[in-house]
Amino acid sequence: MTEKLVIIGNGMAPGRMLEHLFEQAPGRYAVTIFNAEPRVNYDRIMLSPVLSGEKSYEEIVIHGDRWYVDNAVTLYKGHRIIAIDPVAKTVTSDHGVTEGYDRLVIATGSVPFIIPVPGNNLPGVLTYRDLDDVHAMLLAAQSRAKAVVIGGGLLGLEAAAGLNARGMDVTVLHVMPTLMERQLDPAAGYLLQKAVEERGIKVITKANTQAIIGDPRVEGVALADGSVVPASLVVMAVGIRPNAALARDAGLAVNRGIVVDDAMRTSDPDILAIGECAEVGGQVYGLVAPLYEMARVAASRLAGDDTAAFVHADTPTKLKVTGIDLFSLGDFADGDDRQEIVLRDASAGVYKRLVLKDNRIIGTVLYGETADGAWFNDLKKKQTDISEMRDTLIFGQAYQGGAPLDPMAAVAALPDDAEICGCNGVCKGKITGAIAGKGLTSLDDVRAHTKASASCGSCTGLVEQLMVLTLGDSYNPAAVQPMCSCTSLGHDDVRRLIKAKGLKTIPAVMQELEWKTSCGCAKCRPALNYYLVCDWPDEYADDYQSRFVNERVHANIQKDGTYSVVPRMWGGMTSARELRAIADVVDKFAIPAVKVTGGQRIDMLGIRKEDLPAVWADLGAAGFVSGHAYAKGLRTVKTCVGSDWCRFGTQDSTGLGIRIEKFMWGSWTPAKVKMAVSGCPRNCAEATCKDVGVICVDSGFEIHFAGAAGLDIKGTEVLGLVRTEDEALEVIVALTQMYREQARYHERIYKWAKRVGIAEIKRQTLDDRERRRGYFDRFVFSQRFAQVDPWSERVSGKDKHEFKPMATVGYAAAAE
Amino acid sequence: MTWFAIGSMKDIPRRGARCVQTPQGRIAVFRTADDQIFAIEDQCPHKGGPLSQGLVHGAAVTCPLHNWVISLETGKALGADEGAVRTIPVNVEGERLFIALDAIADKAA
Ligand code: SRM
Ligand SMILES: Cc1cc2nc3c(=O)[nH]c(=O)nc-3n(C[C@H](O)[C@H](O)[C@H](O)COP(=O)(O)OP(=O)(O)OC[C@H]3O[C@@H](n4cnc5c(N)ncnc54)[C@H](O)[C@@H]3O)c2cc1C
Ligand code: SF4
Ligand code: FES
Repeated sequence: MTEKLVIIGNGMAPGRMLEHLFEQAPGRYAVTIFNAEPRVNYDRIMLSPVLSGEKSYEEIVIHGDRWYVDNAVTLYKGHRIIAIDPVAKTVTSDHGVTEGYDRLVIATGSVPFIIPVPGNNLPGVLTYRDLDDVHAMLLAAQSRAKAVVIGGGLLGLEAAAGLNARGMDVTVLHVMPTLMERQLDPAAGYLLQKAVEERGIKVITKANTQAIIGDPRVEGVALADGSVVPASLVVMAVGIRPNAALARDAGLAVNRGIVVDDAMRTSDPDILAIGECAEVGGQVYGLVAPLYEMARVAASRLAGDDTAAFVHADTPTKLKVTGIDLFSLGDFADGDDRQEIVLRDASAGVYKRLVLKDNRIIGTVLYGETADGAWFNDLKKKQTDISEMRDTLIFGQAYQGGAPLDPMAAVAALPDDAEICGCNGVCKGKITGAIAGKGLTSLDDVRAHTKASASCGSCTGLVEQLMVLTLGDSYNPAAVQPMCSCTSLGHDDVRRLIKAKGLKTIPAVMQELEWKTSCGCAKCRPALNYYLVCDWPDEYADDYQSRFVNERVHANIQKDGTYSVVPRMWGGMTSARELRAIADVVDKFAIPAVKVTGGQRIDMLGIRKEDLPAVWADLGAAGFVSGHAYAKGLRTVKTCVGSDWCRFGTQDSTGLGIRIEKFMWGSWTPAKVKMAVSGCPRNCAEATCKDVGVICVDSGFEIHFAGAAGLDIKGTEVLGLVRTEDEALEVIVALTQMYREQARYHERIYKWAKRVGIAEIKRQTLDDRERRRGYFDRFVFSQRFAQVDPWSERVSGKDKHEFKPMATVGYAAAAE
Repeated sequence: MTWFAIGSMKDIPRRGARCVQTPQGRIAVFRTADDQIFAIEDQCPHKGGPLSQGLVHGAAVTCPLHNWVISLETGKALGADEGAVRTIPVNVEGERLFIALDAIADKAA
């Protein structure tokens, strides 16, 4: 018979416990979870990247709604348990639901500590614990005003970095003389403070908060020395307390946390407690690694294994602030029985310290260079006698035994039981074993099977190196294909970080994202330039030197160094006057070739660069603008004759095509964008192989997208049918804007759509009206800056130098 | 060898190039992000592409026709490609730029 298992709290510990339990004893329990937070289980430790904008909430969900359905778990979202009755074996929620249990697991986590000072409950004073706190901070950050974070520990610094990334003016108040004093020694604390201050975050140490002032909202923080730090947002991150009140009220033994034995049992044998609320062996914990260990033990016990027991292990601390590398482990206080080895490299901002006792490592602090953390951790865990390598120990594993190892060889040299992922306690052998044994080929697979790098992600690099070692050349790290050899970041990360960190110039991107070359290359520069044009249409100054020659001189370079010129012919329509003007230009400049293009317009080929401005001047006088035949931007909108002339035409396809082209010309896109409108399903404008196409039908406009007819041939997907021309335009524009904001440089719509999913695009640009409107409005805004005819700009003198030689020398003798 | 004044540093955009016409053919004069000046023949060793129209990064240029990368210092193709263009001596006096050409007289006629 299935037993009833009830869980209070749906955080990281019970989430992990259930995964183990369903593996070990599937079907044994009918599971019910009550969670005070109105949501599924997510990766709480990744809240900081959500705050800073480097990740979205969707990306940090651990178990989506589907998981609960698949595992037949009843999840009460937004239900806080207010009473446990251990005699009747029931729990009751604040919404009045009472549920009986055979076994109960308490996993209520912690509550943030609120310092007992006047004003601590004013509006605008927040803590940092869950997604609601992040949302509240994001709301406050919109003001871009001043924020104070009280607490210079891990949580406080992550909050400060996130708010700073969101444009707030942040001050950190820390009561101790140096930051993160529980994990770092003063030297590392000092380096950390410098790095934090370099980001524009102010730090006040020895700051003793006296009161929070303001009426009716928070206005500042008063310190013991009489000064006041102004703030419209105050975040308290001064520590956490195990959330044990419920257990205490139920009569369970509670000390600092809910007292449990090494089998995770409370004083009532049918009730277990795991996570931050539990106290085991006199200790409470605040990092996930030991909580996952509790989860493993509790699951085994629930599954009937009577041997599983919790053992304490030190967990390394890492700070998840992009660009700050620190690692701390164990005990590093000074003492007579201890020796230390220190390495300082001021110019590189590196500080390392090992604390030894009896020739064994007991504590490690690494700042600025943390790659050896795993190795030091391993030496400490195994209590290896280091006397033989004492002289070179601090230089790291690479220096042991002769020639320095490259990072790959260093990972190869790690023993199988070396811990790679601290959060999940996964060792090297488990990862390589899973890769080989289960035939894993992608990082996502390795995360799914071993959990390695699936929590805070800071060991991703190590895990990938292991994949390369195990799989050799067959490992294709497609998920993280870097943009080019100037960076290890992929396009998606770069795009996200540009937005998250508000980077607005190419040098800023290269500096902040640690480009490996001084000024990029021909691959990354045009991509970065596009991303910045797209993300900051009003603020970014287009970097002309980062554009490929065609986009720089607004014509297509030919194999002999001459250029071709293709003016716009809106929707493929032209007139005698236009044709006459083109004929005149061809004659006047002796243009060698004139061709009708596959895009329904006319190409003049073989024009000397020097002549381009004059050719454009004449074309401009006849009303022509650039056709952008050279651009990663809107190219042509092909049309058929439609209802104006054709006996089958259902709508004015020519008119709609012209309208779209006039609305959208000039916009820059990740790759070229070609469109077409056909007046009926006979499809004479070939709309079903374009990036975006419209097939007119009696009942309206069928919108197609993601077609291709170049290197690949692919028919379009149908986005949907809309009734009116206005709506067709809005949907097409929204779709294009979504593509502009998300795609990787050089990625045509059909490739992007394959990645993102047709259904998702449909949802965002057709079904969700509000989102659609948002995309549309952003496109319209960016067109204010983009819809400038580049030809007429150059006719009036812009970039003059581009079109004539700098000097002519050495002809003097001949000229005389 | 004769030095010819060709203009001022300011005439060339950073990470850009300008051309100088000479009886020996077109020369491309580059200015890097850190204001180094280089001059090379404006003809890619691959298929003659105009290197002056390429994208400048570090002390190298990527040819606009088929993306060969040419070192501005040595004139040699970098990476897997093989070939080289002639480099032309440059002298920078303050802002003023000079290039050296030899045996002009022969070709000037
Ligand atoms: C002129 C034209 C051929 C013609 O004489 O008709 C043409 C000419 C070039 N095409 Fe095209 N394409 C032309 C219509 C097309 C079409 C047909 C169409 O648009 O309806 C296609 C297939 C549709 C498509 O794009 O899916 C087409 C697929 C390509 C491709 C393959 C793109 C792909 O992603 O698969 C390239 C290569 C590229 O972009 O990397 C290309 C590249 C080029 C370039 C830009 C090659 C280059 O980099 O120098 C040629 C420029 C010559 C010039 O200076 O004008 N052209 N090209 C057509 C100009 C249309 C216009 O008015 O703007
Ligand atoms: C911003 C931030 C960054 C962090 N970074 C790291 C890191 O880098 N590395 C690391 O190891 N750890 C980190 N941590 C700590 C880590 O997130 C916690 O240790 C872990 O989430 C605790 O898991 P838990 O299951 O014990 O509790 P929680 O994940 O806190 O879950 C407890 C849940 O119980 C619910 N609950 C409470 N009371 C009741 C009730 N009466 N009825 C119903 N539900 C209730 C709560 O709403 C909550 O959802 C971080 C924490 C935060 C907040
Ligand atoms: S699309 Fe239809 S209506 Fe238009 S020309 Fe072709 S066949 Fe005629
Ligand atoms: S001509 Fe320069 S790469 Fe081909």
